[in-house]
Amino acid sequence: MTRHLELKTAVMDKKTEDRSEAALGNIPSTKISARNVNVFYGDKQALMDVNLDVNAREVTALIGPSGCGKSTFLRCLNRMNDVIDICRVSGEIVLDGRDIYDRSIDVVQLRALVGMVFQKPNPFPKSIFENVAYGPRIHGLANNGEELDEIVMSSLERAGLLNEVKDRLAEPGTGLSGGQQQRLCIARAIAVSPEVILMDEPCSALDPIATARIEELIDELRANFTIVIVTHSMQQAARVSQRTAFFHLGSLVEVGDTVDIFTNPSDKRTQDYITGRFG
Amino acid sequence: MTESILQDRTGRNTADRVQAGLKRRYAAERRFRIYGLISILTAMGFLAALLTSIAGNGYGAFLQTHVRLDILFSKADLDPGGTGDPAVLRQGDYDALIKDALAHRFPDVTSRADKRKLNGMISASAGFDLAQMVADEPEIVGTTQRIWLPATGDIDVFVKGNVSEKVPETERRIKDVEIGWVKALQSTGDLELKFNTRFFTSGDSRNPEVAGIWGAVVGSLFTLIITLALAFPLGVMAAVYLEEFAPKNRWTDLVEVNINNLAAVPSIVFGLLGLAVFLNFFHLPRSAPLVGGMVLALITLPTIIIASRAALKAVPPSIREAALGVGASRMQTVTHHVLPLAMPGMLTGTIIGMAHALGETAPLLMIGMVAFIVDIPTSPLDPATVLPVQVYLWADSAERAFVERTSAAILVLIAFLICMNLLAIILRKRFERRW
Repeated sequence: MTRHLELKTAVMDKKTEDRSEAALGNIPSTKISARNVNVFYGDKQALMDVNLDVNAREVTALIGPSGCGKSTFLRCLNRMNDVIDICRVSGEIVLDGRDIYDRSIDVVQLRALVGMVFQKPNPFPKSIFENVAYGPRIHGLANNGEELDEIVMSSLERAGLLNEVKDRLAEPGTGLSGGQQQRLCIARAIAVSPEVILMDEPCSALDPIATARIEELIDELRANFTIVIVTHSMQQAARVSQRTAFFHLGSLVEVGDTVDIFTNPSDKRTQDYITGRFG
Repeated sequence: MTESILQDRTGRNTADRVQAGLKRRYAAERRFRIYGLISILTAMGFLAALLTSIAGNGYGAFLQTHVRLDILFSKADLDPGGTGDPAVLRQGDYDALIKDALAHRFPDVTSRADKRKLNGMISASAGFDLAQMVADEPEIVGTTQRIWLPATGDIDVFVKGNVSEKVPETERRIKDVEIGWVKALQSTGDLELKFNTRFFTSGDSRNPEVAGIWGAVVGSLFTLIITLALAFPLGVMAAVYLEEFAPKNRWTDLVEVNINNLAAVPSIVFGLLGLAVFLNFFHLPRSAPLVGGMVLALITLPTIIIASRAALKAVPPSIREAALGVGASRMQTVTHHVLPLAMPGMLTGTIIGMAHALGETAPLLMIGMVAFIVDIPTSPLDPATVLPVQVYLWADSAERAFVERTSAAILVLIAFLICMNLLAIILRKRFERRW
């Protein structure tokens, strides 16, 4: 019950802030809309008829107990599930008016538009510079070395990592601390200037201070990117997101403004989950 | 409540029960360590015994008995016309020069049988050496030169102490009269053991004193280059395709089972395959390192594929996800990230395969690389033999002097192997990266 109260205060603080934003005329537009998405792993159905809209320049949090399909859904958004042989996706996911599962969509191009940050920090075993430069380089985003330097520097800057690493860009990215590695991965994702960033429990391997740092970063990135984040921490969802979707056993139970989900959930299962009765 | 959990029926608590078992657990650990030590020491002992016995036997082959003679390059015999024409000089009877020099050195040897023995002390190939000297330096014709010439294998064996004088004369190849000549030459310093450079620079020969390993070394080198050039790219590409691109279905399962089976097929079967396909069907040259390399490539391919697949499997999937996540294509993911990380493991597998190929003998017998070849091969299309086959050929020879040469050839083979492994370790270190 105390947990619920904490959540409530966190959400209440945000409420005033978010509402004032809405009052300023920031009416959200839909960036991604998923319709009747079903996902099968072999014979097992992992997602059932999910309908979900993700608004542009907002943070959408996906919450739910383990195995509820939230990561599966997230991986559908940049077709990361394609690499799993037995995985089959049906339904449609529309990004800016185009179905990303359409034949005409090139998956490489899609992933340049929809970046991803993973649960475990996974920098390449290369230098810090190379980690960030890799994306722009393969997509040919920089015409010369100077431009590439600029992209790398600004990406590190926006990921809040530049001051810590500017003297050791040539050192391996794997030598950084866990929190720094995760921010390096975020820098790597934003270096390609995607429109959407997917984050799969980005803080689950980090300590509270590194987590706070990432959360601040997410809040800053919201100004330029559409962010979808999967998290196990209800507090985190409440702190960073504007909208929250609750998944349970492969179905989307409820989606709405974070404030509403945490203060006034309409479904009993959501209520039970956020008050810690299961999950 | 707590007591009932911590205490068993006899009333002892957990700490006591752990204490009671500790001694036994530590003893088991110690025992295990000792077993490990014993097995390592046994293995090392066998290896040391093997190496010392080979080195002990083979050491002698690095020295060769030489006899110093005053050779008169008589103008009347070699160049009667006085033209200095190389073609005439080449026709000269150089063996006669050696016979004359020996007769001069031992004037009291008169009987035909003894003369034949005396002339037999110097290697039958020595005449070619003299001809070569004259060809290189025609101006020595007409002069007398003091020259060290190789002694025959029988003399060499005696000088190295491998045959005892105490053995009855009828039971040894070197007779008393020859021993007398050897001693006479030794007393004037005209018979010495010298470093056997010829062993490292010449090809095979029927005469052990002039037989060398270089032909086989070059043959092995050509064969292994062909093997590596074929097996490494093919093996790595097969592994990458199977591991990263191929769909997992019944066909790929079948391919996998077959690769594993091929790794276990006896090598002589591959030799027969090479004989039937490469020689009889494609009519590639017999005894050539090209064909040997192709056959050995077939033998090493399964090893390389299996090791490479294991190396690819060991690359953390998070690296692949990271690359795909920033929009790399599958090909880019593999070439930029997965392959460099798997390279050390792939190289290890390749080296195991190449070491296997270096020591392989049976399949090469099938494709004619067992032929007696004197000339040093200059290309992979020339007839050649390889080190293990050379060892096999010499081990099979009757002459006593080939015994130590066999061991010396094994030493060269081992040295070759060590060089190859060193190169691989250096390469692997360069590719190795931490993550």
